[in-house]
Amino acid sequence: MSPSKKDKKNSFESSLKRLEEIVETLERGDIPLEDALTMYEEGIQLSKVCVEKLTQAELKLKKFLRQVDGKFKLQNEKTPE
Amino acid sequence: MKQNSRTETHVYSVTEITRRIRGTLEREFPEVWVQGEISNFKQHTSGHIYFTVKDEGAQLSAVIWRSRTDALLFTPQNGMKIIAQGRITVYEVRGIYQLDVHELHPIGIGELQLAFEQLKEKLLKEGLFDPAHKKPLPEFPERIGIVTSPTGAAIRDIINIISRRFPAVELILTPVRVQGYGAAAEIVQAIGDLNAYAEVDVIIVGRGGGSLEDLWAFNEEVVARAIYESAIPIISAVGHEVDFSISDFVADLRAPTPSAAAELVVRNRLELLDIIRNFCYTMTQHLQNFIESGRQRIQHLVESYSFNQPRDLVRQYSQRVDEVHRRLGELLTHRFELLRRKVEGLQKRIESVNPDQVVRRGYVIVYRDGELISSVKRLRLNDVVKMKFRDGVAKSRVESG
Repeated sequence: MSPSKKDKKNSFESSLKRLEEIVETLERGDIPLEDALTMYEEGIQLSKVCVEKLTQAELKLKKFLRQVDGKFKLQNEKTPE
Repeated sequence: MKQNSRTETHVYSVTEITRRIRGTLEREFPEVWVQGEISNFKQHTSGHIYFTVKDEGAQLSAVIWRSRTDALLFTPQNGMKIIAQGRITVYEVRGIYQLDVHELHPIGIGELQLAFEQLKEKLLKEGLFDPAHKKPLPEFPERIGIVTSPTGAAIRDIINIISRRFPAVELILTPVRVQGYGAAAEIVQAIGDLNAYAEVDVIIVGRGGGSLEDLWAFNEEVVARAIYESAIPIISAVGHEVDFSISDFVADLRAPTPSAAAELVVRNRLELLDIIRNFCYTMTQHLQNFIESGRQRIQHLVESYSFNQPRDLVRQYSQRVDEVHRRLGELLTHRFELLRRKVEGLQKRIESVNPDQVVRRGYVIVYRDGELISSVKRLRLNDVVKMKFRDGVAKSRVESG
């Protein structure tokens, strides 16, 4: 994995990890009520982001092409069916 | 007599005699099968392949023209026992006869099996199969490189399964030939290219099932080394009924088929939706507990103070407690209710997929400066907000809040 990928924000992975943290913190219950509410809101927001990602319908297919100059190009492909 | 025989003797030019020999040989051996061992294997830059077929008693020059190398099922190697099918021709310029090879077959499966075992042994000793070298696979890859034939069953299977399980990914297909002479070199090139490109999280290298000869590219040393050297994790997905290929041993993960690789590379979104649904439920439960325990503490305070303190102090305290209680009640009835509805809405959306469903059913979404407002707490007096209805958007001003 390239470094640029790792710190990409709002990736599904980081959203899900944060959501898990929130659930655990709320489970421990050692924070003030106001913070709990804020976290709860964040958690709902994150779950929304994740659900949106999961309900995305179309898979993206691209063809990898090496050009004469040695550079790479991605070409959109139709998925069969 | 002597004179006579002299005049009858025909003197050939070298070209003439060579032509005659050529004619005779080509007529006599238009199609032959020759068995022997490969030596002096050489591929010329022109693409033609030259080698010698030999046995204990003799040797025969052989050539595979470039136009026929594509049909080769494996890379010929010195020492390999083969059966070659072709015709005998004469190369007049050098005065040699040779076998013009049309097809080359390893002798039985045994020959390939032996090459396989030898390579496996060699790479094992070198540490190419070392579990410590295997890279972990990303849990949620966003871009998946696929090294396979663009027309094979493998790519179709992979697309189908990933579309079903987790379509929010990009598949980067690097088209290669997966069998025949030259396939191994293309696979090596594709793995190298994807590493240079560096934007994929994981690579699947494979093809559908076939005979040991069909799958041979995945048993070649160059492919094994390319997989070993890849900085990006690789799943080997060669369809076998029973056996492994060298690429399976060296890859970071082995899948028995391309379909299986697709199942291994992404999680099932239905499971993930369940997990998220559970998270939402758990969060809501815990928040309710928070509020409930707050309510109980207040109750406790009210009771204890009313027994132990002078009246006015009690009044003061109970007024404060009432205040807190009232605020908590607000939280519970307003804010929490809003959030709870949001969870419900979400859960419905998980089932219905379409994000506009909520608005279509008559709910209104409130935005301020393009940002979704999910809580009254975030609104100030005179804020201008946009309210999204099922049939349009209305601008409105907040009059209390």
